[in-house]
Amino acid sequence: MDWTDHAIILAARKHGENNAIVHLLTRTRGRHAGLVRGGSGRRLRGVLQPGNEVAATWRARLEEHLGHLTVELEHARAAPLLEDPLRLAALTSACALCEVALPEREPHLAAYDGFDALLVALDDDQPDWPQHYVHWELTLLADLGFGLDFSACAATGSTTDLVYVSPKSGRAVSASAGAPYRDRLLPLPAFLLRQPAGVPFDRLEIRRGLQLTGFFLAEHVLRPQNIAVPAARYRLVDRFGAETH
Amino acid sequence: MVGPEIERLIQILARLPGLGPRSARRAVLHLLKRRETVLVPLMAALEGVANAVRVCSTCGNLDTTDPCAVCNDLRRDPNVICVVEDVADLWALERAGVFRGRFHVLGGTLSALEGVGPDDLRIATLVARVKSGGVKEVILAMNATVDGQTTAHYVTDRLVEFGVTVSRLAHGVPVGGELDYLDEGTLSAAMKARRPV
Repeated sequence: MDWTDHAIILAARKHGENNAIVHLLTRTRGRHAGLVRGGSGRRLRGVLQPGNEVAATWRARLEEHLGHLTVELEHARAAPLLEDPLRLAALTSACALCEVALPEREPHLAAYDGFDALLVALDDDQPDWPQHYVHWELTLLADLGFGLDFSACAATGSTTDLVYVSPKSGRAVSASAGAPYRDRLLPLPAFLLRQPAGVPFDRLEIRRGLQLTGFFLAEHVLRPQNIAVPAARYRLVDRFGAETH
Repeated sequence: MVGPEIERLIQILARLPGLGPRSARRAVLHLLKRRETVLVPLMAALEGVANAVRVCSTCGNLDTTDPCAVCNDLRRDPNVICVVEDVADLWALERAGVFRGRFHVLGGTLSALEGVGPDDLRIATLVARVKSGGVKEVILAMNATVDGQTTAHYVTDRLVEFGVTVSRLAHGVPVGGELDYLDEGTLSAAMKARRPV
């Protein structure tokens, strides 16, 4: 059996002298691994960098086999980011999160499309790419069944002045309703209430956004599976705390 | 067909890079046919290396002395340290003869998938070398890969407080490379790093 699909390289691990076991996020088949012959060689090493978009063909005798992959580069997304520590940290964090959070061979179209849009934003160095990143983590949570709801206050139903998120329900809470419990609520950055609109990002707001999504990723997605939050994501959060942009 | 000792030698040789079971068998046959001229000297050389080689406590290079020959060479510039991922990279730079400073071998790169963190690499010893003074420039000669450059940025962050110049190798068109055959990532890096002629 075989299939061909668009895919994003998540990771490539050397296997033997010349081959590599490559992990992909495919558009219609979710996270998928396969053996790439010559994947550790000079010709393919550059193609198999995390974040690169490829046309992948997978072949195996049986569905449950690891199978062989052949890949053809469609967009080299990794190379333009190598010199920018912040954008590179976002790329590695997103790849690492997909690796640990998404189940294998289960389609997650929204997560793929969001990742694809994030890669375009990173590649183009759009001023609001960090907002794209946090929105993508929200999409990832929603795609995994842990969507957060910022449409109205969980306590009063109000749709204005939403500044907190309940760590239990994942729903927004207004300033007035949340005031008595503010120590226990998570701050809701304003940019998460609308889609990215090309506005340059505020570092503190992005950090708060990452703390918010990080909490739900850790508590609901990773901890139940006894998986630690990837170090790459911690490094991204640290960079938003340490650098000026 | 052959005795267990010979079979064991074939199996061990087959694990070496570039060798498989068939080529290992050929190598063993060659060794056995030239016992005095190849096998015995090889045994002596292997034993000598196994007994004498150690990791340089200063730079992480492999040599028979500690500090290694590179660190002991007084003609080399102690003010410049070239940071590489692996001993193979150090040897490649030495073969090219393009660098006359000191080296530092990290022993790998940060890798989310492999679970390699900063504590698994020789980053702390690099920081200690720079902190001890006398270093003016650190050249980051990491591979042009996501993991390599992630590590380079991390090392840069760790060194920023010491006020040393941190540089990295250029990325772009290799010597003998034809533009038509280059991937778009390399072309993009080369275009970004263009310079006036």
